[in-house]
Amino acid sequence: MLPQILPKDKLADFARFLMGEYRLAAPVAKGHQFAFEFIETPEDVGRIRMDYDITILPPKKFLHPMYEELLRFGGRDPATGEAPIQAEPTVILGAHPYDLHAIATTDAAMRAEPADPYYATKRDATLLIGINIRGYVNDEQFMADMRTTEPPEGGWDLFMTDLGDRYYVEVGSDAGSKLHQAAGMFTQAAGDDHKAKQAFDNEKASNLPKRLPYDTRYLPELMSESYDSLLWDAVARRCFSCGTCTNVCPTCYCFDVQDKLNLDAASGVRRRQWDSCQLHTFAEVAGGENFREHRSSRLRHRMFRKGKFIYEQTGKPGCVGCGRCSVHCVADISILEAYQQIADEAAVSAMEIAAAREESQ
Amino acid sequence: MSQATQQPAEAVSPYLPRAAKIVEAKDFTEQEKYFRFEFEDGQGIEYLPGQFMEVSVFGIGEAPISICSSGGKRDDLEMCIRSAGDVTNALHELNVGDTVGLRGPMGNGLDMDAMEGMDLLFVAGGLGLAPCRSFILTALENREKFGRVTILYGSRTPKDLLYAYDLDAWRDRDDCEFLVTVDRGDDDWTGNTGVITTLFRKIDRPDAANTAAFIIGPPVMFKFTVLEALAMGLRKNNIYCSLERRMKCGLGKCGHCQIRNVYVCQDGPIFSYAEVMRLREGI
Repeated sequence: MLPQILPKDKLADFARFLMGEYRLAAPVAKGHQFAFEFIETPEDVGRIRMDYDITILPPKKFLHPMYEELLRFGGRDPATGEAPIQAEPTVILGAHPYDLHAIATTDAAMRAEPADPYYATKRDATLLIGINIRGYVNDEQFMADMRTTEPPEGGWDLFMTDLGDRYYVEVGSDAGSKLHQAAGMFTQAAGDDHKAKQAFDNEKASNLPKRLPYDTRYLPELMSESYDSLLWDAVARRCFSCGTCTNVCPTCYCFDVQDKLNLDAASGVRRRQWDSCQLHTFAEVAGGENFREHRSSRLRHRMFRKGKFIYEQTGKPGCVGCGRCSVHCVADISILEAYQQIADEAAVSAMEIAAAREESQ
Repeated sequence: MSQATQQPAEAVSPYLPRAAKIVEAKDFTEQEKYFRFEFEDGQGIEYLPGQFMEVSVFGIGEAPISICSSGGKRDDLEMCIRSAGDVTNALHELNVGDTVGLRGPMGNGLDMDAMEGMDLLFVAGGLGLAPCRSFILTALENREKFGRVTILYGSRTPKDLLYAYDLDAWRDRDDCEFLVTVDRGDDDWTGNTGVITTLFRKIDRPDAANTAAFIIGPPVMFKFTVLEALAMGLRKNNIYCSLERRMKCGLGKCGHCQIRNVYVCQDGPIFSYAEVMRLREGI
């Protein structure tokens, strides 16, 4: 499936074509920031900003919505329960590579047995069209370290790179191939296009230096070594346990389940909503025992989920280095800084300490 | 666009509970009520001791509750439910003939056939007797498979003792040793008084390498009782704990029951002490 070219002045036509077949979500300006929103009217098409820096919320909100109905019931009788599992055919246009990686991570987590049919059904009905990045857009990003500057191996359909007057469009799936053929406004990329893409890649690479002092293949192990470090208490002194970091995180998918009654006070819905491991009651059980009562234990749990546990469970990055959690943190806590600080955490044996002291005397 | 088509409606939700009727209910204490359920669909259930169910009351919510009846394939199941929150308070209002929703069985449980030929030591604290009873009854129903069977049970006061009829039956059996203690006695109490660890002093030293211990109780109890079991020489792999966590979805997704990288609702709630020790945040 060879790369294609979409002239930039055809982007609006392509968006209109997509709107005819799918529900279309794309990045638009929201104040001085950006957000993925549904593109529903001809005016909306003009608001699409493929040149956005980063969105406030990642596209997870379409696959794992903030609120999602799990069951509907007519009353107390359990026989009245039914499960509304459905999805509208959807295209998410303009996801950056790190967000494509994050979707691959949540795919693996939610599809792990026992698979979540609500997520899986939405995901199966969703096409992903990515857009390339040119470099970091803030000091908190470290995608180069997390290996998320390029799209993942699979799981996306088309991937666009802005070459000035045209988009260079890579094809990631059969569905993507059918999509650009059906749209009828793409042509096959030629020699000059490939050359221009390579020039783009070279410049992009120079804009994405590594920001951690170690290779992230060692991150899970360094996390293990840092488990007892005072670092987590130190960082937690600034933390408000507000949960902003988990809301904006593209790989956070924890949720709470609650029943909501209709006005008849009998029928209603059982729905899930985003939850946060940073909130005080997250690990509390009936009777009041709280297994992560202290702020530092909650903060450490999140840092470990991002740097170690999710990767070990899914084989995909638990943190994609997008920097959202740090940019939006009201206490200026930086996950990049924390991961920099654990660089020297490797446990040293008593013999090594003795040897080092002897040498320095 | 083959990939993006409407999904057929047959995707089955793991959140949809089965209707179960209460066929027996009795108050054990002011806080704890016993229920026996039968499924409305007549399909019955198969589970292992140590597994739990999500018990559901539409309009209120769901709560994870241990099964307290013996394991295997059967038509009914039993639970002892403490009123401690919205769902369990609502359950206490229900009686014979009412229906609830049940999802499960969930969690790993433990196949007691793997312990065939071993001596068994059960250590139950408070409401921990409920899940522990599933192990105890399974062992006593297959009594010939096991060596010595010892049951230690600790409760706050004589009024808090659960399953009085089981306790009497275990006391009367000559093929198992049953000891009970209360933290605080009352005027009528003539038995042991003191925390559950004091009972360890009253039993014969076990055949340490060939004894499996099941320790189930409130979080504060684990450290002290595991210590006693280790002090008797039991092996870390043969000491089993049931860990209480907030198992909201039961499907390894919602995150509430996580201990570090482990989802207790899937990988637990039964862990050997060797596993718990590595978890660090387990007990």
